[in-house]
Amino acid sequence: MSVTAEQQVWVRQARAQSALSKLFDWKPFLVVMCMLPAVGLLAVFLTYPLGLGIWLAFTDTTIGRSGRWVGLENFEYMLEDPIWWNAVFFSVFYTGVATIGKFGLGLWLALLLNNHLPFKSMLRAIILLPWIVPTVLTAIAFWWIYNPQFSIISWMFIELGLRDTNIDFINTAWPARWSLIGANIWRGIPFVAISLLAGLQTISPSLYEAALLDGSTGWQRFRYITFPMLLPILAIVMTFSIIFTFTDFQLVYAITRGGPVNSTHLLATLAFQRGIPGGQLGEGAAIAVSMIPFLVFATLFSYFALARRKWQQGESND
Amino acid sequence: MSATTEPQQTNAATAQPETMTWDSRSRRMVTIYVPLVCFLIILLFPFYWMTITAFKPNAELYDYGRHNPFWISSPTLDHIRLLLFGTAYPRWLMTTMIVSVCATVLSLLSSTLAAYAIQRLRYKGSQYVGLAIYLAYLVPPSILFIPLATMVFQLGLFDSPMALILVYPTFLIPFCTWLLIGYFKSIPFELEECALIDGATRLQILWQITLPLAVPGLISAGIFSFTLSWNEFIYALAFIQSSENKTVPVAILTELVTGDVYQWGALMAGSLLGSLPVAIFYSFFVDYYVSSLTGAVKE
Repeated sequence: MSVTAEQQVWVRQARAQSALSKLFDWKPFLVVMCMLPAVGLLAVFLTYPLGLGIWLAFTDTTIGRSGRWVGLENFEYMLEDPIWWNAVFFSVFYTGVATIGKFGLGLWLALLLNNHLPFKSMLRAIILLPWIVPTVLTAIAFWWIYNPQFSIISWMFIELGLRDTNIDFINTAWPARWSLIGANIWRGIPFVAISLLAGLQTISPSLYEAALLDGSTGWQRFRYITFPMLLPILAIVMTFSIIFTFTDFQLVYAITRGGPVNSTHLLATLAFQRGIPGGQLGEGAAIAVSMIPFLVFATLFSYFALARRKWQQGESND
Repeated sequence: MSATTEPQQTNAATAQPETMTWDSRSRRMVTIYVPLVCFLIILLFPFYWMTITAFKPNAELYDYGRHNPFWISSPTLDHIRLLLFGTAYPRWLMTTMIVSVCATVLSLLSSTLAAYAIQRLRYKGSQYVGLAIYLAYLVPPSILFIPLATMVFQLGLFDSPMALILVYPTFLIPFCTWLLIGYFKSIPFELEECALIDGATRLQILWQITLPLAVPGLISAGIFSFTLSWNEFIYALAFIQSSENKTVPVAILTELVTGDVYQWGALMAGSLLGSLPVAIFYSFFVDYYVSSLTGAVKE
């Protein structure tokens, strides 16, 4: 949509411009000036560190001493390290179970909210709250809820006569893993539910009317209308969710610190422990870099497994 | 299970109206309201528990035998008092506020210019630049914090809030740019064409026409950035060492837990106070949150 040449000439004659404003009207310069702050910040503090991190993984850098190139030594050490293998296992397990939980419950909640309800906007506001509040602070609340001695959940179970001893939430490996997954699901439900609700609201009611006329059951309407129409959004939200669950740090760091006996370390918390308090930056960087293949795989998988349907159906959902 | 609102298909000839309405109403109760209430209770319980713990005297806190744990018989402000006058909590709040505000302003400025250039100036390859910025959001901080820690150290910014102000935009800019591109799209470009014909410069157009129209988008991006900065943990944990420069989330976890003595009341009071600014902010702008979240998904 450009102005015709004749008009441009007329504009230039109409006002004498200062050299500076002329410079700013020269498009290449303007574009560079506009892009510079954002691109500059991202290049210096995101792209460069990403490369630097990969380079560090091949050195034996420690805090306060720049490292020598040691080739694959860090990775060899990592592959022989049972703690790293356990962190890989737990990261995959945590991501898998928490994602299934989050999306199952989040979808259910979104479907519930998609009805005609009183106080709908207030409900939405309340439901988003867990996602808004700082993760670490809710993690501390969960830490208190899971307290071995004063756990409110244990107390309720005992009062109801379901158990006669306290539940050991975080001092043995498997209960600790499940406790962390529970906290992660709790935190993830609101985001998934509100995002999917937005998707549900874009589905045209006429589709449901047509299905009703054809005598469909509720399950069929969900299976053949709601779910396929939600897939594109589901793919995007799930990709995000998987990436941020796999690289999660805060919940584990706040509730168990990777314990008991390193059983609940995620790759991110293990990288932190080796790199920052442990001072082995090279080793920490190698562990952090080892997350990248998993992330790429998970992203491609979730994106293609879900989003491919979109063009098979030959219609977009926007 | 489905939750569509259409009444069940009944044979209209035989069903009486009353039974039909009663039936669908009770069904609605069971399939919609009961699960919804369960969801609400579970989602809100940790907040309730946090609040109630923050105001409980220690005698009640550690004695479930004689006190119902779900209620407070004699609320106390001791934990809050300890937090505000016995620790550096006000200082931590201040630091967090400064870091969040500065990082937000820096990100908004950069994102607005970038989004405008990508969406309106339409230079060669602008979509690819937009895509690259968007992809930057997918690089998790857990991968970046170790190399960033070495950089921060070499720049002499270790243990200074400045390090956080410079690093936070890495996850704020992609988000804001993406949000603002969507917003600029919704502003009719004919307005800008008219201004161009009238001889306005590009900067004048941005300043006098586009930005005033984009204010709701800017508010959305601003509150989101503020919230994300306030909640950030891993960078603040890795780059800040001394107690007085810590941000609230890090300080509560590292400064209030000393040895084996957990001051649960003070910990919960700290979590509660640390959540309040964000929650208050949120309650004022809740529609912006929901719309930017859903708008972002729709894009």
